[in-house]
Amino acid sequence: MSVPSQNAKLKAKSAHLYYGAYHALKDVTFDIPKRAITAIIGPSGCGKSSLLRMFNRMNDLIPGARVEGDILLNGESIYQKSMDVVSLRKKVGMVFQKPNVFPMSIYDNITIGPKRYGIKGRAELDEIVERSLSQVTMWNEVKDELKKPGLLLSAGAQQRLCIARALAVEPDVILMDESCSALDPESTMKIEELMLELTGKYTIIIVTHNMEQARRVSDMSAFMMIDHDKVGILAEYSPTVEMFSNPKDQRTEDYITGRFG
Amino acid sequence: MKTFRENLSGYIFMLLALSSISALALITVFIIVQGAPLIADVGVIDFIFGMTWAPSQGEYGIFPMIIGSLSVTLGAVILGVPVGICCAIFLAEFAPVKLRNLFRPAIQLLAGIPSVVYGFWGLIFIVPFIRDYLGGPGLSILAASVILAIMILPTVISISEVSILALPRQYKEGALALGMTHWQTIFYVILPAAKSGIVAAIILGIGRAIGETMAVIMVVGNATAIPTSILDPVRTLTTNIGIEMGYASGEHRQALFATGIVLFIIIMVLNSLAQYITRKK
Repeated sequence: MSVPSQNAKLKAKSAHLYYGAYHALKDVTFDIPKRAITAIIGPSGCGKSSLLRMFNRMNDLIPGARVEGDILLNGESIYQKSMDVVSLRKKVGMVFQKPNVFPMSIYDNITIGPKRYGIKGRAELDEIVERSLSQVTMWNEVKDELKKPGLLLSAGAQQRLCIARALAVEPDVILMDESCSALDPESTMKIEELMLELTGKYTIIIVTHNMEQARRVSDMSAFMMIDHDKVGILAEYSPTVEMFSNPKDQRTEDYITGRFG
Repeated sequence: MKTFRENLSGYIFMLLALSSISALALITVFIIVQGAPLIADVGVIDFIFGMTWAPSQGEYGIFPMIIGSLSVTLGAVILGVPVGICCAIFLAEFAPVKLRNLFRPAIQLLAGIPSVVYGFWGLIFIVPFIRDYLGGPGLSILAASVILAIMILPTVISISEVSILALPRQYKEGALALGMTHWQTIFYVILPAAKSGIVAAIILGIGRAIGETMAVIMVVGNATAIPTSILDPVRTLTTNIGIEMGYASGEHRQALFATGIVLFIIIMVLNSLAQYITRKK
C-alpha cells in the first residue's frame, strides 16, 4: 500500500489463515516498513493476534492452523518448505500480553536464548546481559541483583525483562502482542518510550486495543475488522497520522471515534 | 441462623473426618508403645547399626535391613525414574491426544495391579532370568529393583506429568518465540520450571518403593546379611516384618514393631520433604 516496496521488512501477500475449517483471516495484503512501528488495531476477535502470530509462525503451535498466500521477510517467503522456523523466530522476536518471565534468575532469563545459539563465554554473556538490560533501561535498577528470580520483579519490570530477553538474541523484528494491556499506566508509558527508542534499530509491530497508544507510538496503522462472513479482514492500512485524522474507510472512522468495538 | 440440622450434619462430617486422622494417631501410638521399649533396651545405636538379626539369641540389629531397603529403593529409582520422567514428557509434550488417552488409563491400571501379582510375576519371570543370565540365586536386589521400578512408575509419571501440564502455556510460547527448538524448550525451560513437582514425584516414588512389602518378599531373597553385589539377596525393613510377624512373640514381636518405627520415620520424612518441596515454589 503506501509503503515503498524496497522499504518493506515484512510483506503479507494475499495471506489467509484457517484454523481447521474455520476461516480466521481473509486476504491480508500489506507491507510493513523497516525500522518503524506498525500498529494493528481493531475490535476484539477480529484476528489481530492471529495476524501477528503469522509473522513468526507461532500459529504453527495450534493444531489445524493453516496459512494460504504468503508472508515475506526481507523478500523471502517464511512459509516455504525449506524455512527454518527456529532461525525465523530468532530474527522475529515476540513479547506477549502477560509478562512471561521464566522461573529463573534475571541473568538466566536473558542468557537462555543466546546460550542456545552457542554463546558460552562468561564475558560475552555478561556483555549481552548488560547490553540487553541497558536497552530496556533496567541495567542500573537490577545490575546488583542479577541473581534474583525474575518473577520477583514488578509486572512492568517483568515485561521490560521480557523485551530485554527478546533483544538478547538480536532480532530484526519485534512483535508485541498487547504487551501493555496487563500493566499500569506508568509502566505502559515506560514501555511506549522504549518502543520509540528501539525503532531506530528494529522493526516493531504491535497489537493494541488502546487507540491512544497506537496514535502515540505508531508510524503506520492497520485497522482490522470482521466482515459479513465473520472473517477477519484488513480494512484499512495507512500512516497513523492519516488514519486518525482522516480515515478513508467509514468503518475505521466509526471504530477509532469509539462508535463501535 | 443455622438450623439444628445443619449444625448436626457439620458435626457428623467432622467426626468422620476425625476418624481418619485418629486412625493415623492410633497406629502411630500403637507401634511406638509396642516398639519403643525394645529400642530403649537394645539401645538406639545398637538397634539401627547392629549387624546381627538373631531373635532366638536376643540379637536385634537391623542394619542389614536398612541397607537392603536402601539398595532396592536406589535400584528402583535408577531404573524407574528416568523411564517415568521420559514417559511424562512424552505424554505432556509429544503424544497425540488419542495416544495420550490410551496411555493414561493404562498407567493408572499399572497402579491398580495387586502387589502380590507383581511379586509372582517377578518370581517366575525376572528371578529365573537373572539367575540364568547374570548369575547368583536370582532372588536379589536387582530383581526387587526391577519390580519396584515398575511399581513406582504410575506415581512418578502421573505427578511429573501433572506438574508439567500445570505450567503456564506462556513459558513454552516464550521459549519457542526466542527461537529455541522444542527439545531445548523442554530441557531448559519446561523441566526446570516443573522441577519441584518432578522432585516431589521422585520422593513419593521412593516412599512407595521403601514401603512395598509383598512383591519384595517374593523376589528379594530375604537374607539378613550385608550384600556385596546387586545379585545378592537382601532383606528389607518391610519384608522383615512381613516374614516374621506370623510367629513372633514377646521381645521378638516388639523388635518387629521397632522395625516399623524406623520405617514409619523414614516414610514420614520423605512425605514431608515432598510436601515442603511442592509448597516452596
